[in-house]
Parts: sequence; C-alpha cells; structure tokens
Amino acid sequence: MEFVLAIIVGILATSAFYLMLRRSLVKVILGMVFLGNAVNLTIFSVARVTKGLAAFIPENASTLEGTYADPLPQALILTAIVIGFGTQAFAIALFRKAFQKVGDDDLDKMNSTDIMCNEDIPGDK
Amino acid sequence: MLIAVLSGFIVACIVPLIFKLNRKVAGALLSILPLSLFIFYLQFLPNVLAGEKILTTFYWIPSLKINLNFMIDGLNLLFALIISGIGFVVYLYASAYLAKSEKIVPFYIYISIFMASMLGVVTCNNTLALFVFWELTSISSFLLIGFNHEQERSRYAALQSLLVTAGGGLALLASVIIIGQIAGTYEISQMSAFHSNLINNALYPSILILFLIGTFTKSAQFPFHFWLPNAMEAPTPVSAYLHSATMVKAGVFLMIKFLPILGGTELWMWLLGGFGGWTMLMASTMALKQTDLKRLLAYSTVSVLGTLTMLIGLGGEKAISAMIIYLFAHSLYKGALFLTAGIIDHETGTRDIRNISGLRKYLPITALIGVLAALSGMGIIPFIGFIGKEMLYETALLSGQYSTLFITISVISAVNIFAVMAYSGILPFFGEYKSPSEHVHEAPFQMTSGPVAFALLGLVSGLFAGSTVDGLTNKALQSIFPSASHHLALFHGFNLPLLLSALTIVVGLIFVLNRKSLVEFIEKIRIPEYFFPSKWYDYIFNGTLSFAEIQTKFLQNGHLRYYIFTILALFILLVGGSFFGFNTSGSILNAFAISIERSIAGIDIYDISMLITVLIASVFALLSQGRLSAIASMGIVGALISLIYIIYGAPDLAMTQLSIETLSVILFVLVLYKLPRFFTYSKLKTRIRDLVIALAFGSIFTMIIIFVSAYGKFDTGLSEYFAQTSYLIGHGKNIVNVILVDFRGFDTMGEITVLSIAAVGVYSLLRLRKQGGEQ
Repeated sequence: MEFVLAIIVGILATSAFYLMLRRSLVKVILGMVFLGNAVNLTIFSVARVTKGLAAFIPENASTLEGTYADPLPQALILTAIVIGFGTQAFAIALFRKAFQKVGDDDLDKMNSTDIMCNEDIPGDK
Repeated sequence: MLIAVLSGFIVACIVPLIFKLNRKVAGALLSILPLSLFIFYLQFLPNVLAGEKILTTFYWIPSLKINLNFMIDGLNLLFALIISGIGFVVYLYASAYLAKSEKIVPFYIYISIFMASMLGVVTCNNTLALFVFWELTSISSFLLIGFNHEQERSRYAALQSLLVTAGGGLALLASVIIIGQIAGTYEISQMSAFHSNLINNALYPSILILFLIGTFTKSAQFPFHFWLPNAMEAPTPVSAYLHSATMVKAGVFLMIKFLPILGGTELWMWLLGGFGGWTMLMASTMALKQTDLKRLLAYSTVSVLGTLTMLIGLGGEKAISAMIIYLFAHSLYKGALFLTAGIIDHETGTRDIRNISGLRKYLPITALIGVLAALSGMGIIPFIGFIGKEMLYETALLSGQYSTLFITISVISAVNIFAVMAYSGILPFFGEYKSPSEHVHEAPFQMTSGPVAFALLGLVSGLFAGSTVDGLTNKALQSIFPSASHHLALFHGFNLPLLLSALTIVVGLIFVLNRKSLVEFIEKIRIPEYFFPSKWYDYIFNGTLSFAEIQTKFLQNGHLRYYIFTILALFILLVGGSFFGFNTSGSILNAFAISIERSIAGIDIYDISMLITVLIASVFALLSQGRLSAIASMGIVGALISLIYIIYGAPDLAMTQLSIETLSVILFVLVLYKLPRFFTYSKLKTRIRDLVIALAFGSIFTMIIIFVSAYGKFDTGLSEYFAQTSYLIGHGKNIVNVILVDFRGFDTMGEITVLSIAAVGVYSLLRLRKQGGEQ
C-alpha cells in the first residue's frame, strides 16, 4: 500500500516541480497546488497506513482499540489543506492583478519593478 | 563607578531636551558632565597614591562571565583623568565652535556616548565587557567622522575607520576569548598570574597576533595607520579628543595593560618594536610634506603612537616609564595644537599652512597657546615634552644589541616631529600677515581657555615634574611593574641623551628654515601606489563589492525558475546524496524489496486504477496547451487524492480535500477562463532539463516514503493517547475532529487567522483592481 502511495507522491512531486520551473505564472500556481497535494500525501503515507479503518470510536465504546488509521497526521494534513487553499486563493488573486498590469503571464516580464507599469508613467513610452 | 561610566549614555539621551530648553547655555551646561566626572575620578587620587586599587563588581551576564567590573589603579586613573579632563575642554570648546551649526545636538549625543565608552574601556576589568566599550568607541568615532555626512569624503573616511577599527575589534574579541579559555578568567587583574601558561601555550603566536591586530588598528599602527589622517574630516574638537588624545590611545592602553600578561617574549618585542618603530619613522616623514594643519598633526599623532608602541615593545621599567610620560605630554600638547588649528580654521577659513602667516597680530592668545604647545612637542627644555623625549632617548640607548638602530630612528623621528610642530604651532603666527579671510579676530573664551590650560600645564608639569606628575605616573608605572619607581627631573646632567637633544634641535631648525626644499626632496621619493596600505584597503573593499555583485547576479538573477532550480539542485544533491551514504541499515534496493513485499498483498484494483489515473492526469496537466484543460486535470488529481483518503480511512480529509478542490477549480476558472492558450516559452532542451530535475526530485520523495515504510520506527504514543482520551476528555467520537477543535484548538485558531489574512489579501487585491479600472 505504501508502495503505491510512494509512486503516486513521486508522480505528483515530479509534475509539481516541472510546472514550477515554467515561465508561465499560471503553471507555477498549478505546480504549487500539485506540490501541496504531494506533501500532504507524503505526511499521510509515512504514518501508519490502513485501509478502511477510520479513527472513529465505535457507538457503544468510550475508547478506540485495535487497528485504526492514525488520527494525528490526519489532523495536521487537514490544517495543511485548508491553509494551502488560502495561499492558493491569494496567489490566484495576485496573478489576476499582475496579469492586468503586465498583460502577460510570462514571469520574465515581471522581474523588474517598473517596466510593467509603463502606461502609468507619463512621458515614458 | 558603574553610574559614572553610564552617565554619558544617560546624558546622551537627554541632550535634545537640554537644547530645546535653552540653546544658548546648553553647551556649557553639558560641560558639567565631564567636569563632574573629572572630579569624581580625582577623588580616587589619594587612595591610588597610597597604593590602593579600587575594584567594583556588577554582575551583568554571570553565566557567560561577562561582568561590569571596574577597577581603578594608577594607570586606569591616569587615563580616566585625561579622558574626562580633555573631555571638559572639548565640550566647552565645541559649544562655541559649533554654536551656529544645526548639528550641534547630534554632536553632543555622539561625543557623550564616546566619552562614556572610552571611560568604560580604560576602567573596565572584564575583557568581554571591555570589548563592548571598545566597539562602542569605534561606532561613536564612525558617527563623528561622518559628522558632515553630506560630503562624500566624510562618508568614505567614516566607513573606512569603522571597517578598520571595528574589524580589528573582532580580532581582539577572538584573542580575549582564547586568553579567557586558557586562563579561565576574563578579569584583567587576575590574568597576570597566568603569564607563563599563556606565553608557553601553542596558541600564543595567534593570540598575540589577533590581539595586536585589535590594538594596531585602533592605535593606527602600520599597516592600518591610513584611517587616522582620513579621520580628520571630523570637526576639529573631535580630532583633538578622539583622534589624538583618547581613542587612538586605547590600543596603546591595552598593550600596556597586557604587557604583564602577554609580554616579555621575543615575539612581543619584535612585533611591537618593529611595527612601532617603523610607524614612528614613516609617519613622521610623511608628516613633513603635509600642508593641511590637521593632517600635519594627524601624521605626527600616528608617529607618536608608533613611538609609544615601540616603547611598550622594548618592555622594561624604563621604557614603560618613558612611555607614560611621553603619552601624558602628547595628550596635552597635541590636544592644545588641534584646538589651535580649530581656532585658525574657524577664524581664517583655511587650514592650509601655505596661505597663513603672521596671525599673532589678530590671534595673540591663540599664538601663545600654539607656541607653548609646539615647544613642548618639540621637546624643548623646560616643557614636559622635553622630559618625555630625554626618557625616550635613554630607553633607546639601553635597548640592548639593537640600540643603535632604535636610537637612530628615534632621533630622526624626533627631528621630523620637531619640524612638524614648528610648521603647525609656530609658523602660522609669525612672519608677514597673510590670511584669506579679512575678519580675523580672537576666538571666544570657551575656545581659548581650555587650550591655554593645556599649554600652561605642559610648562608647569615640566618645570616641577618631581612634585606634580611624578606621583600619579609612578603609580601608573607600578600597576604594570609593582616594584618599579621613577623620579622625574627636568635636568639629568650632561649625558648622551642631552647631546642628542641638542643635535635634534639643530637639525630640526635646519628643517624648519628650509621647508620648501625639504618638501621637494620628500616629494621626489616615489613609491608605487600598490605599496600603500590605504590602496590595499581600497582593493579589498572594491574586491568585496564586486564579488558581492557577481554573486548576487548569479544567485539573485530575478528569474523565479532559477531560484527554484537552485533550491532543487541543492536538495537533490544533499538529500539524494545521503541515500547513497545510507549503508548502515540497508541499501536502496533492499528498501524497495521490503516495501514491495509488505505492500503487495494489500494492493487491489482500486490502487492500480488510481495510480494510472493520477499518472494520466498529471501528464495531461503538464502537456496541455489549454488553460482550462490543465485546470481540469488538476481537479481530477485533487479528486483522486480525496479518493485515496477515503480508501485509507480518512473521511474527514476526503471531505475537506474534495470541497477545497472544487473551490479551487471554480476560482481558477473564474480568473482564467478568458485568457488565451498557453504559449510555449521554453526550448525543448530546457524542458528536458527541467523534466530530468523534476523527475529526480519526485524519485527522492518516493524513496523517502519507501525508506520510512521499510526501516522507520513509528512512535504511536501520541495517537494512542488521543484514541484513549478523545471521548473521555474531549467528548467526541471522531478523533480527528476532537484533535482539531479540542486538543490542538490553538493550532486551529492560528489556521483560521491565516485564512482570514488570506481573505483580506484577496479582497484588497480585487478592490485594487476596481480602483485601477476607474482611473
């Protein structure tokens, strides 16, 4: 089971960094999403992995015994997913703003503080 | 005593307030500080003369042995009196000198900080605390040299002095730490007991060299001397105070203090004697050709500091007693001459000695000060400078097998200094009247009274040496050599030193009368630029800047993908590399075998189909030319991951993942649906390179998981605790939920905060767009 997860994480991490090495900002953001998923899955798979045994305490019991999916990494990942979404939403909004200014999503046109704002500076073509 | 040292820092804080209250008397009011400090230190005089040492203790950081312990012995007291005494004169002088300057407030702030730090340096008994004061003097000196910061030369000189002296300070810190490690104490008064341990230690040469880098930079010894003449950019009171009388003597002070601790070796004698002697000779020769009053004095100060260093190098009771007298005399006459130079500059508007002469007509008092101070500096009987010079000659003659060398350079330097003193203190006042300014009139009382006192003190202490300075200088000598004593007298009888003095005066007079041809002669000596240490400084400085520039261009190239590339390459190298060094508990192949063996039984059709779908979706996301299709693939991957969470017993994660993924896709589509298709920016070769790097990174992730699952030992303690207590304590049956809202509720609160900040950020970015649209 871990082996399958390991391969899936490998695929996700590869895609993530291939995308992040692109010049298109959209692809970089997509890469961030992939990377977030890859890291979450990594945390998930280095803990105790079980199939179909959620960490619920049975109806008539007060403690959980036997084999169960590890609840601690799940709690951490849950936080990570939500925060990842926050970052992602901000990145998308920032991209939208940058695209309006530069008119392009090429990162190489965004590495200076002023060329992109040419239309804002009177007398500068 | 702690309060005495700290008072300068406290006063520095209220300087602006005082000036706000009454600008006119503020300067005079502030002069009370050094005056009261002078009186405070003076009250220790009877005790010190009785042979006592006063020690106070204040624990600052005892665990690191950093304590504000202060000690007053003869030497410390002499320095403390010089610092507070000259401080008083300088405070008073500056109140008139800078009366019209807008920067008088920062001036008093800086100089108060300086005085406090300097008093700390000369009375502190703990080397680590001393280092703090030491660096504070460098910093306040930096601020004062850069006082006229609108001028580029001032900024250059300030930075240069800071880099040289503070850099040297770091070497000093290293050396006091090593000394502290060997001796087991950081208290100077306890260190001399470890003298033989220190000088026989294998680290002794490095200790000494580091120590001397610290003191040589501070006291402007070759090859670090160049910062001092440049420091003349500072206002004249600063030059008089920091750069002739006090701060530059801090290095000399520390060298005498450490003579019983590190001295007495061949290496000590050769390093100090050699560098000191060379500095003395070189600087006094270079001084001759200067035309700027302050630079004349600066080079002669460097030369005197060289003399002092040489005397400490020669060691011995005679040498130290000569050194103390020479130092005392120099503080008096050089302080007075600098202040005279300041008056001349203030009244005539120039410091170029070629443009001024005959000033005694309008500046009678200043002329008197200049002449008296210069005579002391020239070593004319009966001034204190004469006694100092006689003692120098005597020591040099007794310095063993190399005495011929030492006496020769001493006499040559004394002749040079003789001429320089005349150029700066006498010639401007005699001859035909010449001045670029028409309104030359005598300086106010605040500016003349101090230098007059110095000049007269130089005369009185010379005439009555046996009854005035004899006592304290004896005690200063005894704080180094407890059993030594000297008896100062003006006249030692007809002996070789007296003859040499006569020779000095005769040759010196020839130099004075033939200034022009002498300067021409010196100018003829051409030395290639790259021999000058000041050029080395420039080379090193510019070299560092260019290196930083190249490195910044390389690393901070402004392309996000190269940053990521660098991080990835390093990660792959370090983490990936460590896998191959992983031989203790198993190899990579072994880990694979174990992992496959464990997993093979559990793998079913869902796993395989998920794997294949993730692969296809990812490849599609990478290759797709359309934005929407790429986003769709991303959504598919996200949905599949939530499927994984469901299968592997994490329903909460699955729910969150699915809803977040849906939201993401919607957000992406909303923002991006209008945009054109992806444009292929990069070449095929680049893409292959990126793919290789990304693949290597992905494989490392896979390997990490496989290694952990094969060899990792999993600590379930915390999870078991949650499983046991989640219902009993947290009253919830869904353990993951209970952890989030109860056991780790604060984390969740932090998470909510992050989300709110992100929401605010997104909102303001969208608002910004609207306003932009309106424009």
